[in-house]
Amino acid sequence: MNAIAPEAYTTEDGRKIGGVVMEMKNITLRFGGVTAIKDISFDIREGEVRAIIGPNGAGKSSMLNVINGFYHPQEGEVWFRGEKRGPMKPYEIARQGIARTFQNIALFKGMSTLDNIMTGRLTKMKSGILSQAIWKGPAEREEIEQREKAERIIDFLEIQSIRKAPVGSLPYGLQKRVELGRALVAEPELLLLDEPMAGMNVEEKEDMSRFILDVNDEFGTTIALIEHDMGVVMDISDRVVVMDYGAKIGDGTPDEVRSNQKVIDAYLGVAHD
Amino acid sequence: MPAEFWYGVEVLLNGLMAGVMYSLVALGFVLIFKASGIFNYAQGVMALFAAQTLVGIQTGLIPFSHLINAMLGTKIHHFGWNVPTFIAILITIGIMVLFAIIVEKLILKHLVNQEPIILFMATIGLAYFLEGFGDLMWGAEIKKLDVGIPQGGNVWVEESTAFLGGEDFYGFYLDTLDIYATVIAAILVTSLILFSQYTKTGRALRAVADDHQAALSVGISLRTIWVIVWSIAGFVALVAGVMWGAKSGVQFSLSLIALKALPVLMLGGFTSIPGAIIGGLIIGVGEKLFEFLIGAPFLGGATENWFAYMLALIFLIFRPQGLFGEKIIERV
Repeated sequence: MNAIAPEAYTTEDGRKIGGVVMEMKNITLRFGGVTAIKDISFDIREGEVRAIIGPNGAGKSSMLNVINGFYHPQEGEVWFRGEKRGPMKPYEIARQGIARTFQNIALFKGMSTLDNIMTGRLTKMKSGILSQAIWKGPAEREEIEQREKAERIIDFLEIQSIRKAPVGSLPYGLQKRVELGRALVAEPELLLLDEPMAGMNVEEKEDMSRFILDVNDEFGTTIALIEHDMGVVMDISDRVVVMDYGAKIGDGTPDEVRSNQKVIDAYLGVAHD
Repeated sequence: MPAEFWYGVEVLLNGLMAGVMYSLVALGFVLIFKASGIFNYAQGVMALFAAQTLVGIQTGLIPFSHLINAMLGTKIHHFGWNVPTFIAILITIGIMVLFAIIVEKLILKHLVNQEPIILFMATIGLAYFLEGFGDLMWGAEIKKLDVGIPQGGNVWVEESTAFLGGEDFYGFYLDTLDIYATVIAAILVTSLILFSQYTKTGRALRAVADDHQAALSVGISLRTIWVIVWSIAGFVALVAGVMWGAKSGVQFSLSLIALKALPVLMLGGFTSIPGAIIGGLIIGVGEKLFEFLIGAPFLGGATENWFAYMLALIFLIFRPQGLFGEKIIERV
């Protein structure tokens, strides 16, 4: 089966992959004289787990920052839901349904797990500042509704026991999970994960892989993730983009990518003669 | 109980109420510091400006009348009407919100991701600008502020507590204005705490305070939040300005109450709203009792001027983050 088929299809394990949600067209990003991303194009399809891999410094995180609006590329176009995206602020993009986690965990460290996850619901809450101030009627109802959504995510990620704990005091693996929860509770259409397994031990990596697959399966969330651990990525993703020195050197199913000579060279090194 | 004991209690009560007034000022600092990590040097001047504006609107002063007169040779000063206090307060709140929007547009927007010291310097500039601007707008003379709160000793309190002491004791002398200020401050603080803990905007405020980048990624607009925070700080400045202005007249020295807030902040912690309150109370009670028990009998009095700073300095040695401040622990 060809994963880059233009039409919607069903994977071997029965998940439905739909049309293109996000398309990056000829993206080039420079910082002064350094070109972080060179003319890269790829697409992300509805319901798939799309990975971006590459050695350190390949430009993977920059690519994610372009998608969520922290960086604005000098050249190229970003298309989301069939529309070309103009220059937007990160918070506007978040409100469009793109949530993310960070490589170095960006949680609100002084706040509890529950509060952190509740911030993910902020964009979904509509009550005005005045009715919030008196906390009556719509504001109260809304808070209770949102709280239920947050509790569902907390159950899903099995972090009930740390609900009230300030996240700054939690171990690394759990913080990563809380961050995933905060992104997830926004019910994003596209979820961006920046090295969700960085710095984890084998057991934690397996847990995280399971959560990512469950999210994709149960909520039907489209996921784009970055990793440089090849093994994990190949197991959980439908399609993989491979970057090296800011350029795209491969794109396809895990099997196709694995047998791509350029990818093997980038990862294992190649003898220059 | 001897009368001296009850005098001591009276000093304590007055200290508590003075403390509330300090807390009111400190609160404005804490709000802005929590949400944006900026130590807002202009908070005291904001209180002065708010009070000036309120008096100006209330008594129907023409803004910039001195400037207009100097340029056009006219002699206008008053519109010739008085605006009811309640409406004048609403208009002043509107002006403080406008001020918040302008600060965000002209200053904060351009200083995102700068070092705290740069932002601090910007607020120093803002303080001096606003001081001059307020004088230019409303005139620099001392103004009387009357918002309808009675002043002077509260007779009811005095009479109903007179039975406590003996023949020499006439009941507690408490200023009615101070009693009002205490009640208003209590309501203000309770509502601010509830607002920041239990509403979505409050949660967004705390999120922005914690991590800008993460806040953006969950869809919070930093600029909106900053405008809200500065508006609330402007409102708190107005309350503080009104209370202090009603007490001692609206004049330049009002902006110096900010200096009284510093020891309160050191004591209570820069990041805690309850800390600002407790810190204010400790300072208020401490300086009054110290004056009563030690200062006046042994040190020749006038200890109130420096006691707060000394207490804060001693405190810094034992708890640098303040009573309720966040202790920053980085995992290594």
